[in-house]
Amino acid sequence: MKAVLLIDYGSTYTKVVVADITSNKLLGCASSYTTVETDVGEGLACALKELEKQTGKIDFYKKLACSSAAGGLRMVASGLVPELTAKAASLAAMGAGAKITGLYSYEMTEDDIEEISDNAPDIFLLTGGTDGGNKKCILHNAELLANASGDYPIIVAGNRNATKEVMRILSNRRAYLCENVMPSIGTLNIEPARQLIRDIFLEKIVHAKGLDGGVSMPTPAAVLMASELLATDVGDMMTIDLGGATTDIYSIADGEPREAKILYKGLPEPYAKRTVEGDIGMRYSVHGIVEVAGASKVSKLSKLSENNVIRQVEYLSKRTDALPQDDEDKSLDFALAAMAIETATLRHAGTMEEYYTSSGLSYVQSGKDLTNVKTIVMTGGALINSDRQNELLEHALYDELQPQSLRPKKANLLVDKKYILSAMGLLSGYAPTVALEIMRAELN
Amino acid sequence: MQKKRLVLGVIGADVHAVGNKILYHAFTEGGFDVTNLGVMVSQEEFIAAAIETDADAIIVSSLYGHGELDCRGMRDKCDESGLDGILMYVGGNIVVGKQPFEDVEKRFKAMGFDRVFGPGTSPEAAIEALNEDLV
Repeated sequence: MKAVLLIDYGSTYTKVVVADITSNKLLGCASSYTTVETDVGEGLACALKELEKQTGKIDFYKKLACSSAAGGLRMVASGLVPELTAKAASLAAMGAGAKITGLYSYEMTEDDIEEISDNAPDIFLLTGGTDGGNKKCILHNAELLANASGDYPIIVAGNRNATKEVMRILSNRRAYLCENVMPSIGTLNIEPARQLIRDIFLEKIVHAKGLDGGVSMPTPAAVLMASELLATDVGDMMTIDLGGATTDIYSIADGEPREAKILYKGLPEPYAKRTVEGDIGMRYSVHGIVEVAGASKVSKLSKLSENNVIRQVEYLSKRTDALPQDDEDKSLDFALAAMAIETATLRHAGTMEEYYTSSGLSYVQSGKDLTNVKTIVMTGGALINSDRQNELLEHALYDELQPQSLRPKKANLLVDKKYILSAMGLLSGYAPTVALEIMRAELN
Repeated sequence: MQKKRLVLGVIGADVHAVGNKILYHAFTEGGFDVTNLGVMVSQEEFIAAAIETDADAIIVSSLYGHGELDCRGMRDKCDESGLDGILMYVGGNIVVGKQPFEDVEKRFKAMGFDRVFGPGTSPEAAIEALNEDLV
C-alpha cells in the first residue's frame, strides 16, 4: 500500500482524503474546522484524527495540499479595453484559481490606486495593448502602481514593446515579466500568465498566509485539473461548485462554432475555462442571488412569500454556518441554489445571436458553445446535500426561454458526494490514472 | 521602422467576405500590419481593436448598400474613445442605387471619413492613399 494524503484547506473546513495509489482506491475522507488564525496544523490534526477512526493508523507515502483559506488567492487585474485585454487578464487570473477582487480598464486613476491599496491583493496582473499596439495605457498604469502603497507582486503581461519600460518603471516593486495575455486581436495567450500566477502563489503567498505544509495550488486550480482529467474520460464536461461565498463554473470543451456558417465574434476562450461569480453564493453572498434573480422569482421557486424570502435571506447572510433544518429552509435553499446555478452558467456559457443579412439568416457566436456538453459534475455543500439535484441540474441546461445562451442541451449528472474533486485534482499531477479511476468510482 | 497598423473589416450586418480577404492580403503585401476583423463588424468592435492595437487607420468596407446607416456617428465615437484624429477610410457599395459618386463622397466626408472609395476601386489605389496620408 502507498497511501497519499490529500489536503484541502478550505475557508471553513479542512478536508482530508487518503488514496492508495497501488490499489487505486479511496481509503477514507474526513474534515474539521480550518484554523488559519492560529495554526492550520491544528485543524489538520483534528481532521486526521477523524480519518484515523475510519482507516486506522496509516503512514503516508506522500502529502499534497491545496488551499482556499485566508481569502483564497485574491487578485486585481487591469487591461485596456474591457472586452479585450481586461477580459483576457481576468480569464488568466480565474484560470489560475484566483478570485478577482478588482478589474480595471483603460488608464487607472489615483482613486483606483487607493482602492487597490485598500483591497491589498495577493497579486496584481498588469496588461494592456496587443504586441506592437497601445503602450500609453500600460505605461500610465505602471507609473501609478510604482507609487502605490503595498508590496504585492505585479505580473506584467501586456504589449511586449512596452514591457522593458514598464519593468524599469516598476523597478522598486516586485515585478515579474510575462508574455502578453493577448498578443493580437483574436488571440488569447493566458497559459504563461496562469503558470506564473501559480509559481508566485507557491513561492510567496502560501507562506505569507501561514499555509505551509505542502500547499501547492489554490483549490480552484485543483478542481480545474480534476475536471480536465475527467474530461479525458467522459468528453466535454462542466463542473459547478456552489459555495457559501462564490459560485464557480468550469467548462472543459473547445466550444467552437459547430458549423462553418456560424461566425465567431469576440475574444476566443480557453479549452479549460473557469469563471467565478464573487457576488453569488449560498451564505456570505446570498444577497447577490436575490439581487440578480429578484425576490419574486426566489419566492415562486421556493413557494415562500416574498417577505419571508427577504427575511430568511437576511438571516442566512448573517448566520453563514446555518444548515437547513425544516422543509421551509430546504425549499429556500433549493430556490437559491437554482438561481445561483442559472445565473452563473448563463454568465459562463457563450451566446448565439441571429441576424438577418443581405444573404439571409446569419448566426453570430460569442464565447463557448457548450450545447454538446454531456456531463455535469456538481460539488459544494449545498449541491452535494440537496435532495433535489436533478431539478437543480435543469437550471444549468439550455432553456427555451433564453435560447441565445449556449448551455448544455442534455447532460448526465455526476455528484461529488464525498467532496473529493479538489483532492483528485491534486493527485492528478502525481498519479493521474489513479485519480481518474477513483473519480470514475466515486462520482455518480 | 515599425509598420503602420490598420484595422480592417466589413461593417454592419454585411457578410460579404471575399473582398475583405482580398483587401487583407493586398494591405499586408503592401507593407501594413493589418488586424482583420472580418465581416459583420460593429462600430464598437472597430474602435476597441483600434485602441488595443494603437492603429494608425481604420478601413471600413460596406458592400450591401446600408453603409450610410452603419457608419453614422462613428467619428464621434472615435473622438469620445480617445481615437481623435485617427485616419478613417470607407469603401465599397456604400449606398443603395446609382447615385452620383460626388454626392456620396460628400456625405461620407461630412460624417468624418478622410477618404471615400467607390465601387470598383483597386486595392492599390487605397494603398497609395494610405502611403500618402500616413507619413
